[in-house]
Amino acid sequence: MLQLNNIEVIYSDVVLVLKGLSLEVPKGKIVALLGSNGAGKSTTLKAISGLLKPEDGEVTDGDVLWNGQSIKHLDAADVVRKGIFQVMEGRRVFKHLTVEENLRAGNYTSGGNWYAEELPRVFSYFPRLKDRFGQTAGYLSGGEQQMLAISRALMARPEMIMLDEPSLGLAPLLVEDIFRNIKRINSERGTTILLVEQNARLAMEVADYVYIMESGRVVLSGSPAQLNANADVREFYLGLNEVGKRKSYREVKHYKRRKRWLS
Amino acid sequence: MENFIQLTISGIASGAILALVALGFVLIFKSSDVINFAQGEFLMVGGYMTYVMLAWVGLPWFIGVPIAILLSAAIGVAIEQGILRHMIGEPIISVIMVTVGVSILLRAILGLIFGNAPLAFPDFVPNYPVNVLGARVGVDKLLAILFSLLLFGALTIFFRRSSEGIAMRAVADDQQAAMSMGISIKKVWAVAWAIAGMTAAVGGTLLAAIIGGVGLDIAHIGLIVFPVVILGGLDSIPGAVVGGLVVGLLQSYAGGYLPPQLGLSEVAPFVVLVLILLVKPYGLFGTTRIERV
Repeated sequence: MLQLNNIEVIYSDVVLVLKGLSLEVPKGKIVALLGSNGAGKSTTLKAISGLLKPEDGEVTDGDVLWNGQSIKHLDAADVVRKGIFQVMEGRRVFKHLTVEENLRAGNYTSGGNWYAEELPRVFSYFPRLKDRFGQTAGYLSGGEQQMLAISRALMARPEMIMLDEPSLGLAPLLVEDIFRNIKRINSERGTTILLVEQNARLAMEVADYVYIMESGRVVLSGSPAQLNANADVREFYLGLNEVGKRKSYREVKHYKRRKRWLS
Repeated sequence: MENFIQLTISGIASGAILALVALGFVLIFKSSDVINFAQGEFLMVGGYMTYVMLAWVGLPWFIGVPIAILLSAAIGVAIEQGILRHMIGEPIISVIMVTVGVSILLRAILGLIFGNAPLAFPDFVPNYPVNVLGARVGVDKLLAILFSLLLFGALTIFFRRSSEGIAMRAVADDQQAAMSMGISIKKVWAVAWAIAGMTAAVGGTLLAAIIGGVGLDIAHIGLIVFPVVILGGLDSIPGAVVGGLVVGLLQSYAGGYLPPQLGLSEVAPFVVLVLILLVKPYGLFGTTRIERV
């Protein structure tokens, strides 16, 4: 169980990015975090994983609680050892290492203890990686790199995986395959998942609970069913208007309806 | 022909030593982007450590040399933790100046302890000549080649197979992604400096054994390390090995075949360096950016 209580994040002592954000990720659930570019979704993940410090960011207020314990001052390496693993945006595979070496790097915190045991499980989700096992990761396709990035997380056997835009730059079919596997990982292994996405429709399909962020705050939250019924969400995130019809550009004055939930 | 074989073997021997020193340099650069101008001084420190263990403490070489190597690794880690760790986030030029400072400091400290005159190195490596393909070659040079090869083999296995080695390469590849795997950057840096101290100590000991003495001037080999690493590509470990051998052979041939009054053996590596950089600006084995097509 992860709780963010009213956290505030400041970069370089000046830029206020998160302005009192609170959210909760219950154990074993999939929680999605949606929002437009620059809303602070990736910053939220980094505030949890401890990757803010190398970017000169800092949690200045509020607290990050993991199973009741504060983890806001921990180094990234210690957060991984606590069972939280972040799959960074843009895949970030080790380009000059082979697929095998990438997986072993993911296995680093266990000192190689579970490597032999975990490898077949990873292949059961992403069989394509088996064929690419000895190849240099930099030459894999984008979809395969995303599979590798998620597999690398599995190798660490985390309690919670945080995925930062796994659909980024991938073909729709591949995205569906990856989301199916995210769902499988959640249901078969009981791994808690915190998912940051731009693709609101897909994220709502897999998530148990959804938060919508805007400029550093959570503005709306609810189960996917509740949010699906919300007219604003339907319009701005799912691109639909009233009766489930696609939005038409002919209704030119739609921008007038655009409103901020908070100002 | 005999002359050629002798020059080749002594070129390979000094090339292997150069490669060892270059390897430490490349490791530090790869993992932390620090250009270590004190690498030649590490070699000197390693040579003196072995001298202390053998001549002052009086240990037999098979105990004394490993202890000297471990001590040199410890000195490498101490310099990283005590000095360079505080330079994280500072401009790269400041970091470079600090390593220049470290090199001067090391030289001054050793000069203070051992005096500025070279010391005769204990005679623990056999140096009788043996017959190789009809040429008489000192067995010490063959041993230098052998030990360097063993060390390279061990390090290659370390980087390819051990999880610590893979972690080091991961950090070199993408530092932030490596942190997200739980890899401790600080530990990786410490290991890189330890290995740099260790390989330099092996190189320094072999060099001192071949010359038969250890003095402050063996740090000058640090200068030749630059053509070696630039030739091989600043961030390539195989490049360091090949670069070392190329420069060692060049020096040896230039010293043996060209008129000695020209002093070309020191200059030849730099000439070839310029020529290679004209053709391959990243060095022979420098990291090429992977572009998917």
